[in-house]
Amino acid sequence: MSTHTLSVLVENKPGVLARVAGLFSRRGFNIESLAVGATEHADVSRMTIVVAVDELPLEQVTKQLNKLVNVIKIVELDPGVSVQRELLLVKVRADATVRTQVLETVQLFRAKVVDVSPEALTVEATGTADKLEALLRMLEPYGVREMVQSGMVAIGRGPRSITATGVR
Amino acid sequence: MTSATQRPHPVAATPGPVRPGARPKPAPPTGTPVRVTGAQSLVRSLEAVGVEVVFGIPGGTILPAYDPLLDSTKVRHVLVRHEQGAGHAATGYAQATGKVGVCMATSGPGATNLVTPLADANMDSVPVVAITGQQTRQLIGTDAFQEADICGITLPITKHNFLVTDPADIPRTIAEAFHLAATGRPGPVLVDIPKDVLQESTAFSWPPEMRLPGYKPTTRPHGKQVREAAKLIAGARRPVFYVGGGVLKAEASDELRELAELTGIPVVTTLMARGAFPDSHRQHLGMPGMHGSVAAVAAMQKADLLIALGARFDDRVTGQLSSFAPDAQIVHADIDPAEISKNRRADVPIVGDCKEIINELTAAVRAEYGSGHQQADLTPWWSQLDDIRERFPLGYEWPGDGALSPQYVIERIGRIAGPEAIYTAGVGQHQMWAAQFISYERPATWINSGGLGTMGFAVPAAMGAKFGHPDRVVWAIDGDGCFQMTNQELATCAIEGAPIKVAVINNGNLGMVRQWQNLFYSERYSQTDLGTHKHRIPDFTLLAEALGCAGLRCESKEDVDRVINRAMEINDRPVVIDFVVGKDAQVWPMVASGTGNDEIMAARGIRPLFDED
Repeated sequence: MSTHTLSVLVENKPGVLARVAGLFSRRGFNIESLAVGATEHADVSRMTIVVAVDELPLEQVTKQLNKLVNVIKIVELDPGVSVQRELLLVKVRADATVRTQVLETVQLFRAKVVDVSPEALTVEATGTADKLEALLRMLEPYGVREMVQSGMVAIGRGPRSITATGVR
Repeated sequence: MTSATQRPHPVAATPGPVRPGARPKPAPPTGTPVRVTGAQSLVRSLEAVGVEVVFGIPGGTILPAYDPLLDSTKVRHVLVRHEQGAGHAATGYAQATGKVGVCMATSGPGATNLVTPLADANMDSVPVVAITGQQTRQLIGTDAFQEADICGITLPITKHNFLVTDPADIPRTIAEAFHLAATGRPGPVLVDIPKDVLQESTAFSWPPEMRLPGYKPTTRPHGKQVREAAKLIAGARRPVFYVGGGVLKAEASDELRELAELTGIPVVTTLMARGAFPDSHRQHLGMPGMHGSVAAVAAMQKADLLIALGARFDDRVTGQLSSFAPDAQIVHADIDPAEISKNRRADVPIVGDCKEIINELTAAVRAEYGSGHQQADLTPWWSQLDDIRERFPLGYEWPGDGALSPQYVIERIGRIAGPEAIYTAGVGQHQMWAAQFISYERPATWINSGGLGTMGFAVPAAMGAKFGHPDRVVWAIDGDGCFQMTNQELATCAIEGAPIKVAVINNGNLGMVRQWQNLFYSERYSQTDLGTHKHRIPDFTLLAEALGCAGLRCESKEDVDRVINRAMEINDRPVVIDFVVGKDAQVWPMVASGTGNDEIMAARGIRPLFDED
């Protein structure tokens, strides 16, 4: 099985997420990551779905997705020709004895400190899944107290864009 | 005791939507908005899309819609006895007429009772629109009385569904619902409308502008794919047309016949496609699949080319997929791209409407023949198939115990009622025999629950078909198990004027389950005896009379024709015939579940294809 990133333009209507998520579960596919948000067009939302699946079932699930009336367009984004990012917020134990070391790691990964307290730092980082994983590995020895991660969002490289033709 | 024959009957002589005394509504000029309630907007929208009949039951939340419905001169409402009956009636109506069937129910239990018919229509791609009441907007999500999230519940079993939250959206939503149901691959669409949305004041204008940016079904086939298919068709030595229900949905029977006769290629019609190609046609090999004819199954197994038209390679047709039609290349034509290569990889996929595809195929094959490419000689193929057809014709043995043969009964009904009649069926042995032993000569004469296999489908579907075609004879071929699930709709038929004919093929058992217990569970008959023979409970003739129908019974071969003819004479009310038949009759041929089609048994222990290799 290989990992695929699907960029799905959908109508911005209630219940659409349930339709998409339901379709995946109904046909036995596990969504690895899912992000939904606004687009340049108010009536259109964009879902980025990461799914681990073989080529043939992927074709079937894409066709089934296309059948959903609220789905406008589906594009598979190749990691080679797209920018893929996730957002990580992580609360690390960092008292005075280790704070400098933690800050060094944060800088190394071009991450940001977004909250400070005497015992802990909250770090914000964006990047590919690999980079975030590496950062987490570095922070773990200090003690990760809490973390939260967004689904992946992705956009194709180059001047061409995925647009919802047909939407007014 | 009152006999139903003497009972005064409320049936109107000519069932029709016109109610005497109703005032015709002045029609506003198209496009000009008028002030109405949401409910009036709904009824006007239904009128505007051309709805003639609605099957339904009122209740708390849908009540506002029933008020303007009373005044409609265009929409006739048929008050059913159970919402499931409304759903299957809408399906039967749609299958018989090609129009969109409509059912209506209240929120909560009314709506959930539509779940089975919606799932049924979804599996068989039937254009149905269901309109359900919903709790008022403020109460949604509070577990209010008769509240059910019917949009959530029907999400996986409808083509699409809508929750209307603004009365201004009603005309557009209804237009979209009917458009979605009827176009592309047809299917059921549910429109859920909160009670206060129906009550609120709004503007109505028609036609509304539809907003479906994500819905663009492909109907025109790709020319290159069609030419590719034509090349394969002209060159194949053992080709077969594998015809599915899509050909009926596209109303492409005439086109299919032209293509079949042009090419001389054998045709098989699936359970959903019976009637798409005349049974009497020399090129017709019958139905493929689990209970298909040996010739149809053999043709597919030995084929070098399958041209699938509006079919979906269902497991009941393919048997074990890995051994299905092992040498065949596949041309797969369907309007739904998701069906293509879903179960079996297509060598030439064609997406489009079957009518257009078949027309273009015919032209392309003609061009292929004309360009000097000689058509491959099909004579050896036909002599092989004719030999199989001759050696293993469809047939049945008279029960050893002298009981009435169910196959004989069904065969006689088909013969006497003829190819102009419409036949519906429930699910089980009687359904398979009705598919096998009635000769279908024209489209939309065979209506059954193929995909979902819904027991109890026959009576309400026949009712729907009868409302669609009041002038045609409609027979429901039913089993005693199925009949006991939905026979309450006979009251609807009797009162609302749908004189259908019901043949209860009463073998006293859940026959198909019993057959499997006989074959695969060492004849241990667990919970299949319904007692309809042993105790005569219910007595179907008395039940029929109680429901306002004529009740007849037939127990011997000599009586069969007489009783059927008697039923054909009764047209002022529905007729139920209790055909008391033997319980040991079985459906043959059979491909046992999980085995390959090569192991088809013509009869118990006889495997013609397997043994010859």
